[in-house]
Amino acid sequence: MGGVHPEENKLSATKPIEVFPLPQKVYIPLSQSLGAPSKPVVKKGDTVKVGQLIAQGESFISSNIHSSVSGKVSKIDDYPDASGYRRQAVFIDVEGDEWEESIDRSPVLIRECNLSAEEITARIKAAGIVGLGGATFPSHVKLMVPNGKKPEYLIINGVECEPYLTSDHRLMLEKGEEMMVGISILMKGLGVSKALIGVENNKPDAISHLQKLAQSWPGVEVHPLKVQYPQGGEKQLIKALVNREVPSGKLPIEVGCVVNNVGTAFAVYEAIQKNKPLFERVVTVTGKAIPRPANYLVRVGTLVSELLMQSGYDENKSGKVINGGPMMGKALSTIEVPVVKGSSGILVMPEQESRRMKEVNCIRCSRCASACPMGLEPYLLATMSSLSMIESVENERIMDCIECGSCQYTCPSGRQLLDYIRVGKGAVGKMIRARSAK
Amino acid sequence: MNLLTISGSPHVHNDQSVKKIMFGVIISLIPAMLVSFYFFGLPSIILTLTAVISCALFEFLIQKYLLHTEPSVTDGSAMLTGLLLAFNVPSNLPIWMMIVGSLVAIGIGKMSFGGLGKNPFNPALVGRVFLLISFPVDMTSWPLPQNFTTSLTDVVTGPTPLGIVKEGLKKGDAMADLMTQVPDYVNLLLGNMGGSIGEVSALAIIIGGLYMLVKKIISWHIPVAFIGSVLVFAAILNLVNPALYVNPLFHLVTGGLMLGAIYMATDMVTSPMSALSMIIYGVGCGILTVLIRVFGAYPEGVSFAILIMNALTPILNKYIKPKRFGEVVAA
Ligand code: SF4
Ligand code: SF4
Repeated sequence: MGGVHPEENKLSATKPIEVFPLPQKVYIPLSQSLGAPSKPVVKKGDTVKVGQLIAQGESFISSNIHSSVSGKVSKIDDYPDASGYRRQAVFIDVEGDEWEESIDRSPVLIRECNLSAEEITARIKAAGIVGLGGATFPSHVKLMVPNGKKPEYLIINGVECEPYLTSDHRLMLEKGEEMMVGISILMKGLGVSKALIGVENNKPDAISHLQKLAQSWPGVEVHPLKVQYPQGGEKQLIKALVNREVPSGKLPIEVGCVVNNVGTAFAVYEAIQKNKPLFERVVTVTGKAIPRPANYLVRVGTLVSELLMQSGYDENKSGKVINGGPMMGKALSTIEVPVVKGSSGILVMPEQESRRMKEVNCIRCSRCASACPMGLEPYLLATMSSLSMIESVENERIMDCIECGSCQYTCPSGRQLLDYIRVGKGAVGKMIRARSAK
Repeated sequence: MNLLTISGSPHVHNDQSVKKIMFGVIISLIPAMLVSFYFFGLPSIILTLTAVISCALFEFLIQKYLLHTEPSVTDGSAMLTGLLLAFNVPSNLPIWMMIVGSLVAIGIGKMSFGGLGKNPFNPALVGRVFLLISFPVDMTSWPLPQNFTTSLTDVVTGPTPLGIVKEGLKKGDAMADLMTQVPDYVNLLLGNMGGSIGEVSALAIIIGGLYMLVKKIISWHIPVAFIGSVLVFAAILNLVNPALYVNPLFHLVTGGLMLGAIYMATDMVTSPMSALSMIIYGVGCGILTVLIRVFGAYPEGVSFAILIMNALTPILNKYIKPKRFGEVVAA
């Protein structure tokens, strides 16, 4: 149902993952996952090692944060993050590169894992792993299946349907074996015997590589999928792989599925088999305004500006810098923001591509409705939202909108549909909270 | 420092625009235009140009001097309205009537509702029906095809095949005799018959329709439902009494059916949004067309059928929703 086919522009698809040079300073934000910010457990002046816990997740949905570098904590203060807000962060001056002794830095692949499901969940929680596809939902929470629900499938998201981004693609090619181990650990943690990896047909090399590897992992299947944005959306991926529709307002577990990203599976491998918490990740730096597109393995807290400089960024040729892909990413107001666990890519668009077209009247062509993967009527939601018809938009299921942007992408009148819909969703969310507070 | 552009996602667009869609439709009308110019000659060219220019001009003037909004005539929608309006009138219509029709189409049919996207009725049909009601004689004297005439005066007029059959049946003529008075199916398909400028050649219109389908300007739902239901309904009548009700294929290739089903009914602004409601709308158009043609006062019913369904479009949009993702299907 629905969907669009934006130009893929995978400029960095053939660029192997490069280890990004250590920065001199990192700014590690304390809000890096959905849920409450983590509480710092270090203070100004402390020396820290790579992989040392620096902030603890205290509520159910929040996660631990570890230092990505060794050095001295110079400050704990507010610093702008990709959201544009100033939030609490740990500032560390880098000295050397001294890792926690407990981390196994050898490249040897360890396949066996003898931990119980509870131990796996606890270790994933301790390692601060969050969904690396962008939603940054703490991964241990997904493993704790609510009473009465029974997971059947572990779904592994290797779709990477956002144009330009290639970090997952490279990871599948270069770390496929580790990923398979990570998947088997997640299966054990969930108690399921089947894992389905969904990869779009535009990555044939990753498909054949993973298919070969999967032969030695019983229960793991690789499914090639036709290219269609937004197939990487959880609900869309489940529909494509097992043909079940997650009901409105419900989680994937409702239909027996738990979805994790390929990057998360790799992080699970490192956490469990190598004792390495999550403090670095692969970030794609790309865009038509970037002379040297690349996939960097970056320590969390490194400034985006440093990544861009390494790839030849020229501010005079750049109009827009986006944290994430062109369909769902967020435009940055400054490039002096740190890379976080959820940063999958940085996209730089030239000036001429940065502007929106002029908005004219809706011509009622219904292209937005045909494109909507959730079966909504974006033109209607947008109009009602702009007229503050909050109850009506709720009835028209505005909260089902996954903000994929397909509607606005396809609108010939240049309607800023998603802008209006976001406003409407905000208002409905507020109304729902007020209602439940009563 | 160079300031970065900030805006919400998505940051890319598929590069379509209203203008590209409108000009896409205009391009798809070229085959029909050429056939008409061939059969009806210079007068049809002059009339078509008159309608296109007047529609564009009226829209420009109304936006600039009456509404004080930025003129949007370059989007091509007014020109398209003019083109379709001209296609729906006989080629010997006096020029001044064409200009009045254009004024009604744009002024009343479109701008009085707020311009492109806000009009409930297809503006070209509003113009056409206005002309039909105001100038019934001029609107129903059909020049017969003359194979590229440049003459502006001595045209031979006669009834359309639909008119021949309707009048003949009223007088009690036998169907078989009537069929000998109308062109054969090959000529009907090519458009070698009396009729409005752009409606005669079913073949040329179908080619244009296929072009629009390939270019994804329209979807198949409305034309297929419209034409299909005319076929089915007319076939039922024909089975019931072949002496009284004409062969269903005759309905397909005569009058404004093809132009109506492929161009007039698919006007995005005035047709419904979801697949199912498009089909209902198309079927409604088809059934009404046959009803009017067979039982109504006029030999042709396409325009009225579409206008009636235009009026129902908001209701269809309101009650027929797309299938929502994750909707619990009532067991
Ligand atoms: S309404 Fe929401 S879910 Fe539907 S296309 Fe637009 S952004 Fe995507
Ligand atoms: S795509 Fe744009 S013009 Fe078409 S119906 Fe939706 S909002 Fe209106």
